[in-house]
Amino acid sequence: MATTYSLISSNVLSSSAASVTFSSIPSTYTDLVVRVSGRTDTAGQAIDTIQLQFNGTGGTAYSYTRLTGSGSAAASSTGSSVSVINGYYVLDAATATASTFGSVEIYIPSYTVSQNKPLNVIGAQENNNAAAYMAATAGLWTNTAAITSIAIQNGGGNYVSGSSFYLYGIKNS
Amino acid sequence: MASTYEPIATTTVAVAATAITFSSIPSTYTDLRLVIVFKAVLAGSNPGYQFNSDTGTSYSYTAINGSGATASSQSSNSNNQCYLISASTASTAQSQIFTTDIFSYTGSNYKTLLTTFSGDLNGSGNVSGVVNLWRSTAAINSVKFLFDSGTMAIGTTATLYGIKAA
Repeated sequence: MATTYSLISSNVLSSSAASVTFSSIPSTYTDLVVRVSGRTDTAGQAIDTIQLQFNGTGGTAYSYTRLTGSGSAAASSTGSSVSVINGYYVLDAATATASTFGSVEIYIPSYTVSQNKPLNVIGAQENNNAAAYMAATAGLWTNTAAITSIAIQNGGGNYVSGSSFYLYGIKNS
Repeated sequence: MASTYEPIATTTVAVAATAITFSSIPSTYTDLRLVIVFKAVLAGSNPGYQFNSDTGTSYSYTAINGSGATASSQSSNSNNQCYLISASTASTAQSQIFTTDIFSYTGSNYKTLLTTFSGDLNGSGNVSGVVNLWRSTAAINSVKFLFDSGTMAIGTTATLYGIKAA
């Protein structure tokens, strides 16, 4: 029986970077998984958002529905006709407890199928402080093209050294 | 190192269907994972799982849901299926996702599940986390994914993976 869940590519930052892009993604898998341990240098705040774009396209073809928790309250929010899928404040930023990184998993099924692309993003930036955030995000890229690249951005800073990004492929046969 | 996370079976709905069943599941794994990418035909049609053809009232759930405007939580017990509540929005235009982990499916304890649902419909939708319990000590040898009304549209896919601990 075939083994799946194979590492396609990884990037562990040795210097800061505004974003990380996995490109030339092979079409030989069924689903994709991206796992991120991320922190940004965005000044004056402890939290930052993770944001996704596919195939180098911005425009207004992205939408999302989020379920979020802050440690004291749960909430939900949404966005449509926007240029990125915004996965909420699941990254640590400059004023967060030192050496803490947000943990995020992105699951993209059927990434080569000719249909609009649904995905989910689950993450948390627990940092041993009074307020921390976790979020589950349902995302949609309204585009039928196969996904060949994924850009992992943030709310405006740089991912710091030590942030790690792993792309896996899953085969269903 | 032993290989893990192996595909056991996959199916694609060729005609509108009320259920997808994986049967004769081998007992050689530790956990199971289901990935379902579906299009719902009928609003209000609650999806769920049944195991080993058990249609009795031995299933329960607790869910947290975000609708884009509000967050809510709900639970229910003594149901006739493991409801994955909140995925009831009909859409044949956008696919929606369930990922479900079934832990220790061959163990002799009651069976627990953890599901994430993502159903953004470009301007509306839901996102959920659901925990389920099947009150049975039997090993799971079949899984049925079903709606309590309506059907899944053509193109719905379901894949069952096995995960080995060693």
